[in-house]
Amino acid sequence: MTCLPSTTQKKLGLVIDLDTCVGCHGCVTACKGWNTQNYGAPLSDMDPYGADPSGTFLNRVFSYEVTPEDGAAQTVHFPKSCLHCEDAPCVTVCPTGASYKREEDGIVLVDEDKCIGCGLCAWSCAYGARELDQDAGVMKKCTLCVDRIYNENLPEEDRVPACVRTCPSGARHFGDLGDPNSDVSKLVEERGGFDLMPEQGTKPVNKYLPPRLKDRLDTAPMIPVAEEPKGFLGWLDKALEKL
Amino acid sequence: MRQTNETQIDTSPAISDEIRKTTCYMCACRCGINVHMKGGEVAYIEGNRDHPVNKGVLCGKGSSGIMQHYAPSRLRAPLKRVGPRGSGEFEEISWEEALDTAAGWLGPLRKEDPSKLAFFTGRDQSQSFTSWFAQAYGTPNYAAHGGFCSVNMAAAGIYTMGGAFWEFGQPDWDRTKLFMLFGVAEDHDSNPIKMGLGKLKERGAKVIGVNPIRSGYNAIADEWVGITPGTDGLFIMALIHELMRAGKVDLSYLARYTNAGFLVDDDPNSPEKGLFIRGESGKPQVVCRDSKGLADYDTPGVIPNLAAQMFEGDVTHRTVFQLMAERYLGDEYAPEAVAERTGIEAAKIKSIAAELARVAFEEEIVIDQPWTDWKGQKHDKMIGRPVSFHAMRGISAHSNGFQTCRALHMLQILLGSVEVPGGFRFKPPYPKPPEAHPKPHAGVTPGQPLDGPHLGYPLGPEHLLLDEDGNAKRIDKAFTWENPLSAHGLMHMVISNAHAGDPYKIDTLFMYMANMAWNSSMNSSEVMQMLTDKDDSGEYVIPHIIYSDAYSSEMVAYADLILPDTTYLERHDCISLLDRPICEADGAADAIRWPVVEPDRDVRGFQTALIQLGVKLGLPGFVTEDGSAKFEDYADYIVNHERRPGVGPLAGWRGEDGEGKGRGAPNPKQIDKYIENGGFWVDHIPTEASFYKPWNKAYQEWAVKRGIFDAEAPYVFNLYVEPMRKFQRAAEGHGDIQPPEHLRERVQQTMDPLPMWYEPFEDSNVDVEEYPIHALTQRPMHMYHSWGSQNAWLRQITGKNYLYLPTKIWEANGFEDGDYAEVSSVHGTITVPVAHHAALNDSTVWTWNAIGKRKGAWALDEDAPEATEGFLLNHLIHELQPPKGDGMRWANSDPITGQAAWFDLRVKLKKAVPKPAESQPVHPPIKSPVGKGPAKVARKI
Repeated sequence: MTCLPSTTQKKLGLVIDLDTCVGCHGCVTACKGWNTQNYGAPLSDMDPYGADPSGTFLNRVFSYEVTPEDGAAQTVHFPKSCLHCEDAPCVTVCPTGASYKREEDGIVLVDEDKCIGCGLCAWSCAYGARELDQDAGVMKKCTLCVDRIYNENLPEEDRVPACVRTCPSGARHFGDLGDPNSDVSKLVEERGGFDLMPEQGTKPVNKYLPPRLKDRLDTAPMIPVAEEPKGFLGWLDKALEKL
Repeated sequence: MRQTNETQIDTSPAISDEIRKTTCYMCACRCGINVHMKGGEVAYIEGNRDHPVNKGVLCGKGSSGIMQHYAPSRLRAPLKRVGPRGSGEFEEISWEEALDTAAGWLGPLRKEDPSKLAFFTGRDQSQSFTSWFAQAYGTPNYAAHGGFCSVNMAAAGIYTMGGAFWEFGQPDWDRTKLFMLFGVAEDHDSNPIKMGLGKLKERGAKVIGVNPIRSGYNAIADEWVGITPGTDGLFIMALIHELMRAGKVDLSYLARYTNAGFLVDDDPNSPEKGLFIRGESGKPQVVCRDSKGLADYDTPGVIPNLAAQMFEGDVTHRTVFQLMAERYLGDEYAPEAVAERTGIEAAKIKSIAAELARVAFEEEIVIDQPWTDWKGQKHDKMIGRPVSFHAMRGISAHSNGFQTCRALHMLQILLGSVEVPGGFRFKPPYPKPPEAHPKPHAGVTPGQPLDGPHLGYPLGPEHLLLDEDGNAKRIDKAFTWENPLSAHGLMHMVISNAHAGDPYKIDTLFMYMANMAWNSSMNSSEVMQMLTDKDDSGEYVIPHIIYSDAYSSEMVAYADLILPDTTYLERHDCISLLDRPICEADGAADAIRWPVVEPDRDVRGFQTALIQLGVKLGLPGFVTEDGSAKFEDYADYIVNHERRPGVGPLAGWRGEDGEGKGRGAPNPKQIDKYIENGGFWVDHIPTEASFYKPWNKAYQEWAVKRGIFDAEAPYVFNLYVEPMRKFQRAAEGHGDIQPPEHLRERVQQTMDPLPMWYEPFEDSNVDVEEYPIHALTQRPMHMYHSWGSQNAWLRQITGKNYLYLPTKIWEANGFEDGDYAEVSSVHGTITVPVAHHAALNDSTVWTWNAIGKRKGAWALDEDAPEATEGFLLNHLIHELQPPKGDGMRWANSDPITGQAAWFDLRVKLKKAVPKPAESQPVHPPIKSPVGKGPAKVARKI
């Protein structure tokens, strides 16, 4: 069993706008690319060209259908990665201390040198956000690109997670959700950002912005200027005079 | 409890040794990318923040480019076929042998009859160069893939307003307040649309999506219009009906910037009926609002009176605008009349029309920016109507697509929202009206170049490519009465026509980057048959096939000679203003690709191979006077070729001093300058030239300076397309060039100079009671055609496809998860896995395009899900309409442009009992020329 810090100095996390995500998977493959080359073991792919390809991804996009009672069915694209919970059961369940939550920024990480690949953390995660790498035998999860966000070898504007940097529609935001004055906190406030499955009691740091209400157009029909073609010509004459 | 605070990690690791900036090729969008190199190898790819197309972002395809670059499906060396065609049995040969073989076939052919070569280049991004090769060779048979993609959109845009969407122009993303999106192919302007939607969402602007399927962009649209396929034109014309009826059109804009005020000859006995009344100058006439007299339309100070009439005897000549009122105010385009057919309630149509009008006219944008128009009149501000539109394949891939695309442009123009703030904006080198484009050419002389460019925009029957007997000069029958305005050719008809010897037989089929033996053809199974058929003497009906591809696609197996191309990170390319440009509304831009790594295989960039072939053939332009190579390779061509004096493939850093923009002598350091600048060049348009480009003097002057055109060429938009009337008039019996009798009625009906709607051909050809369901394909956002499946990351996202069924059809047939359906069109049957999709038009089914693969292709295992469960809808779509009993071969294409009518397809379906082991039909495996991929990938450098 492993301890969680009692508080963290920051609560770094993502705010994902479900009203804007078009489901392009840019975040999925940018994440896979960055995290294959950086922190820890590469994200492997087993049977990559075969019948049952199965690789490690730290971020996946799911698509759901929602049919409201009073309208047409809708599609929601739902990107999901580790939510860096404040009360992260994946940490407390870890028998070796490999899973931990950083006191300075709240990021939940896995120390791969200590990980024995037992899978308890993945089992304890209500969000299914951890994947055991089949090649390396260690648990992989979103690091919030801890090797980007403080990286002095990157230009300052690039010190954001790879998924945020690449998102074409600007549906992903990164910042300190522990600071009520941060841009991300304000966004959550303005748009009614919500916790995923709050009933789990894990206090996820990442937030989702809900899709706006759809199919609400009710502009009143226009009034005709004339019912007959002749009348239209009369209107046209007058309208042209006014120009 | 364990304490874990001790873990130390390096939060500032080194990123890479070097960043090399080039252009993505994971789809047609052409974003700028930063390729991070480690130890000479590609380590990571991200978007280039400075690049005008993507400004740093990158989609799922682009971000997984590394897996395409290292894909096991890459071809390794030139190949010579050693087994029967279609078997995949090859032997590796040297480039010398490969090029000698090609020259051995093409050399004698050029001397005898160059039209025996058909050279079609698929999803080519170097058409300006490949067409130049074909022209020098002398064959009339050249085009890229536009005819089976979106030529309706492109041609309708050019004829109507001098440009369409995507490469021609874009919504004013920063200012538009209402955006309406019609069916889209996602790789067309991929990231700019996502970025634009993001901007709209950020400021709460509304998005209306018109698409039978609510996925992708339509999933985030505020309003979804789940239209029935093939009826977009009806819907748009109902919107026009509503707007005109309510007088919500921009009359001032129409009078100044369109041909709405042109007088049309209405004399029923005149051969000029339907043409514009012309003055002594030969220019169309308008009635001046102030003087009430006739005047040339472009006379300074003259504002045309849209309500004018001209009396001549007992004939009343009226303006285009009045003809439009007569047509669109008619009951047939009333919302109530189209509601059932389109599947959209009349009230919703009225509400959308009212919202378009409200935003356009009540939320007008005014920019305090003075400008001067083409007639010399000064304006102190720019007025914007902040509604904008985008459309692509969904509305264009129908047999009524051209007129539908025209109708959409008419809607934009009526709202006064083209080339104004908040509306639609052209991107250089557009706007460019049809008159400014070349005419098509097919003048063949053995041993000599063609008499001009292959493709262009006909302005009347005199520009058709017909011989004295009225036969097609081109193998694809482009620019004939079957499809007079086929500006992009008809790639989907080449193999079928060559096989049928209609209009003639060919000797060599030479193709690049077009998977014609699989997902890029209609009727894939029969196309494979056509490629392997032999004549009575035991020879192949199509005697020689040369194919160039970078990857082990299905088409490779059907060629006799393979010229292996490089990956996009190993090659030189130019994204040229002479070709399919990447400009922005605020600036001209072009870009390069350059080898950020050298190939580790015996492959060459196709364009370099083509230059080497051109040299072997001694083609003019490819060799110097002494017969030696004029260009060493494609990079040399990019820098040193001049299309017109001082104008070449790249516009940046021209001239000996490297200061030239658009114009200037070749600069030997040009490519280095591009590389230094991040792989691209941008030149911003002056602020006073930003809007009203077709009529803005400052824009016209800037465009001439930059070599976009050689003289100022202002023009007005063609609500009424007079050249179409010229074809229609011929069909009514006027003029020397007459359509054949079997096409006369169709030409008369479809070449209407004002947009109209007619039923898609499939609806007339098949029993719609028996085939009540529309069937479509969409492209996944993370795939580009068939390429995604060779990418280990992307195929994990979509490795098999389902036929998605709406609730009504799902329930009516008692389907359950895991079921298969037997799906039949009038042409064939497939048996495929199904899934339920509620956010879908009631009478429409759909699937992802090009996920299904042939066993043995793409270096995948033969039991890969793409090859077992994955399927193509193509087997149900014929390139011909069903026989009409007249012995004629009627193309399944738009009768105006020849665009392949993919989306006309109608099917019926039922539950497949018992469930088959695999999707049907199953084709036997082809032997992989590259073996299979590894059992594991875990590549960290």
